[in-house]
Amino acid sequence: MDKKTGVYICTGCGIGESLDIEGLSKVATKEGKVPVCKSHPFFCGPEGVALIKSDIENEGVNTVVIAGCSSRVNYDVFDFGPSLLMERANIREQVIWCHPANDEDTQMMAEDALRMSLAKAAHIQLPEAYQGQNMVKTILVVGGGLSGITAALEAAKAGYETVVVEKSPVLGGWMNSLFKQAPLKFPYDSPEDVDIASRVKELEAQSGVKIYTNAEIKEIAGAPGMFDVTINQNGNTIQERIGSVILATGAVPYDPTKLEQLGYGKYANVVTATQMEEIASKGKIVRPADGKEVQSIAFIQCAGSRDPEHLPYCSVECCVESLKQATYLKEQNPEAAVYIFNKDMRTPGQNERLYKRVQQDGAIFVRGEISEISEDDDKNLIIQSKDVLTGSTISTEGVDMVVLATGMVPTTAFGESLVAKAEDSEEVEATEPKVEEILKSNLLNLAYRQGPEMPTLKYGFADSHFICFPYETRRTGIYAAGSVRAPMDAASSIEDATGAAMKAIQCNELTAIGNAVHPRVGDMSFPDFAMSRCTQCKRCTVECPFGAINEDDKFNPLPNPTRCRRCGICMGACPERIISFKNYSVPMIGNMIKAIEVPEEDEEKPRIVIFACENDAYPALDMAGINHLSYNAWVRVIPVRCLGSMNIVWIADTLSKGIDGILLLGCKHGDDYQCHFVKGSELAGIRLGKVAETLNRLDLESDRVRMEQLSIMDYDQIPAMIDGFAERLEELGPNPYKGF
Amino acid sequence: MAYQSILVVGGGISGLTAAVEAAEAGSEVYLVEKKPYLGGRVAQMNRYFPKLCPPNCGLEINFKRIKQNPRIKFFTLAEIEKIEGKEGDFTVTVKSNPRYVNQNCTACGKCTEVCPVERSNEYNYGLDKTKAIYKAHEFAFPMKYVVDNDVCQGSECGKCVSACQYNAIELDMAVKSFNLNVGSIVWATGWEAYDASKIDYYGFGQHQNVITNVMMERIAAPNGPTGGKVVRPSDGKEVESIAFVQCAGSRDVNNLTYCSGVCCMASLKQATYVKEKNPDAKVSMFYIDVRAMGKYEEFYTKVQDGISMIKGKVGEITEDPLTKDLIIQVENQLTGEILKEKVDMVVLATGMVPSTVDTKLPIAINYDEDGFIVSDSQQPGIYGAGCVKKPLDVASSVKDATAAALKAIQSTVRR
Repeated sequence: MDKKTGVYICTGCGIGESLDIEGLSKVATKEGKVPVCKSHPFFCGPEGVALIKSDIENEGVNTVVIAGCSSRVNYDVFDFGPSLLMERANIREQVIWCHPANDEDTQMMAEDALRMSLAKAAHIQLPEAYQGQNMVKTILVVGGGLSGITAALEAAKAGYETVVVEKSPVLGGWMNSLFKQAPLKFPYDSPEDVDIASRVKELEAQSGVKIYTNAEIKEIAGAPGMFDVTINQNGNTIQERIGSVILATGAVPYDPTKLEQLGYGKYANVVTATQMEEIASKGKIVRPADGKEVQSIAFIQCAGSRDPEHLPYCSVECCVESLKQATYLKEQNPEAAVYIFNKDMRTPGQNERLYKRVQQDGAIFVRGEISEISEDDDKNLIIQSKDVLTGSTISTEGVDMVVLATGMVPTTAFGESLVAKAEDSEEVEATEPKVEEILKSNLLNLAYRQGPEMPTLKYGFADSHFICFPYETRRTGIYAAGSVRAPMDAASSIEDATGAAMKAIQCNELTAIGNAVHPRVGDMSFPDFAMSRCTQCKRCTVECPFGAINEDDKFNPLPNPTRCRRCGICMGACPERIISFKNYSVPMIGNMIKAIEVPEEDEEKPRIVIFACENDAYPALDMAGINHLSYNAWVRVIPVRCLGSMNIVWIADTLSKGIDGILLLGCKHGDDYQCHFVKGSELAGIRLGKVAETLNRLDLESDRVRMEQLSIMDYDQIPAMIDGFAERLEELGPNPYKGF
Repeated sequence: MAYQSILVVGGGISGLTAAVEAAEAGSEVYLVEKKPYLGGRVAQMNRYFPKLCPPNCGLEINFKRIKQNPRIKFFTLAEIEKIEGKEGDFTVTVKSNPRYVNQNCTACGKCTEVCPVERSNEYNYGLDKTKAIYKAHEFAFPMKYVVDNDVCQGSECGKCVSACQYNAIELDMAVKSFNLNVGSIVWATGWEAYDASKIDYYGFGQHQNVITNVMMERIAAPNGPTGGKVVRPSDGKEVESIAFVQCAGSRDVNNLTYCSGVCCMASLKQATYVKEKNPDAKVSMFYIDVRAMGKYEEFYTKVQDGISMIKGKVGEITEDPLTKDLIIQVENQLTGEILKEKVDMVVLATGMVPSTVDTKLPIAINYDEDGFIVSDSQQPGIYGAGCVKKPLDVASSVKDATAAALKAIQSTVRR
């Protein structure tokens, strides 16, 4: 498209009083040769907007650059439709609100902001949506337990075709093994009849649902909207075309044989919670050793859970499950003695009512760590626990039966680790990013370069790390639901599965129109690979946090646009700079850097380029402005989609331009990472580490490039951060490449 | 007539999530919020547990999702007056309260400079003041000023009107009502902190240095009333000893019978606020059970090292009238010992009360004894989401709201 650019300089909010607007206009008209350049005291008002609209309609302006407030505000007022290129030069929050009025440096800052925006506007193109072949909106649910059934049913009820794959002969999963279920309904104080059979029936009767039992996933190839799934059912191979996937394979009880100190396997009357359900289902609660009716029972909470030797986490449902089982015995025999040994009773929310009821029924709650369980001659069990106060050991009288409330282990936690294998075969450098932990757990069998299953975080759960976005996974279009995602009870699993179905539907709808999924919904751009220049270095395929890029036999990248989250990390990784988006590319940023005016050395006006993550650091810079915090005016801010999209060549571009320093502002990384693209900021740090040596070799102090972790709330630290860096640069003196 | 659009009531994390998730799947969504800004309770929080990350980070992304999505229309300062009809065909009357500031507002702040009147700042739980014309908070979205009509002197004063270069202030703006036709409704009006003054033996409202956990979030926030310094209200003294009193009103037949699920983690998190500012501060936590569910256990394990954890329900809190120090009386349940501990400040870990206790829906639906909307609301097409259904932490509210978005979509396709 032939661009006709209009520049609109707003003089409101103090801009007109702080800057030489005529000088600023000349940047557009004289330097930028922009055909239309106007100023107005109130561009976001009706008259200002009408002015821009009129230029679009009558003058053929199709590229609009507004110099004024931050793009975070007035986004709606300045929305002139999708067929128009829009760029905002932030001269309010990031220039005049944090720098003195009518000051030479402030003026230069505003002019550079406009220059950079013009450079960007000259470079960007309208993205065209990606259209895949034979796209479908069918949802695959792997696992036919409570979560899987719920996810499939809820998706089908919204009108989406659904395929359920369950490895056992029947649907229902773990719920099938229960005698009663923990209360889901008011008044929440008594066990309820297990309703899984009616859920199965409802699913079977629902139109648009295909169920494969005795079946496993042999392979999932392809990408959202066009996954090709191979299902193995009783040795027969079935193919399904799938839009998005829900992983709902659940959890299994912790292996009780590892709990020898609690007497499991040693004493017949020590049973697990699962066995207790079986016993109760048969009628009279009798003990396994001799069939004697149980008169006294002890539940041992956290059998394996909250124990660094076993499961360090809390398994969430065991307290409620034990309380439920306590009622089984009390129903049959109100005089029975019930002991519940616990560290804390964890019955949040309305589960408190069941806890209270069991207390009222006369159960005895004992707090303490179990040191040993032993058996007497009558096969009664004696429980020894450590007294917290004295450290001495307290023993109970013998009880008829002991129930171990074993915790849950996600099905994703089993299988050979791919990471361990990699470490054996090659030396892993400390400068390499941490390799994702992927276990070959034979659940999804993804035909992905980065491994066949979902990468897990802590403890093998296939969950998200984000509090605000709990469904976000590192495999686009594949969502985990239920106890495979995090330890949870039945009520939570139902909600979780319904939410996952929502995300799966959403992925289908967005993918079908070429739109990105979270967090860049609305973005139509996707990376284009200039393959003729590819050197098969594998950086892009290795570094993509979402496994979007596969490889062929010759290590050529095979991009999957519908798996792509559009963060640009591949673009930052590529040493040959062959990866670009229509509206975001290495040369685009390069041109923005080149647009910055660098004063001669004797003017003593150093320059600093800030690459700021647009999700957190950029808003933080705005906040600094809103609070009128002042900082060094040498800085020029370039927002990036993610700091991980920073290509090392920008460092070279910046320094060879004579700019004195570079500050990279990205999100916190490490275990509690805040990067919305998981490892973007971490990767930027690693790349930077590699470049430091080169800089020193070129007589360019590596101190000229600094990276800081900045959250959106850290805006109060911005002045010290920038000023401190500026001081260091003063010590270093001017960039030796200045003026070349 | 069947309507395809969805109404979401409440613009906190649950409502925002329900609205955005439904809209990103293609639905038309109306989002109605009572306050002048979106974000609700989480916008008042300093950090989230267990990552200790700032809520504004996720809110920023959610606001960006709204900004780029033409299918979401939101109304602040708006309330639901009437709901008529049935699933697929609801007519909802929305009452739009005046902001007294129109779309012209550029948030330049000139009005606040000239406003002569002050008001108690409810965003900071009354711990400081704003002018009568004010910006709700720094990250307020939409970023428009608002006038508190209860204290504004009106056109008699009119100083802000003349200070505004953009004709943005209309002190005669009136209440408006309008109707929306929607297929389904998500009710996500969230929670209120339990009124701690009802637990009279804890002295909230009488002893200045007894505060609640929600207030503590503002005190610790760098943009809060104390600039993030953990100081006590009576004299601004830096807190050197602090006690967190768990289940303040919760798990108590005389107050809230249920457990609010989040307060244990919230207090552990707040302990880190204190320790971060003053590593030598003495922090005690009095609890019945520590409920750090699931993977939160790791956070509990990590944080408890620096805290004196005492199992016991606090009996009484008294004040030393001279120093304003507080004396906590409690029986240590593990040792049987009666303790009297003196501290600078007490934080009451108050629980959550569903907003539906005070403000019911203007249409008959089912609530449980505690005022929560039950899962099967008996009103097809109307779904509770988040803390109006049960006490939930942020991540669980988000997942519940995502689920509610799907139920709402189902109602619009059911016809």
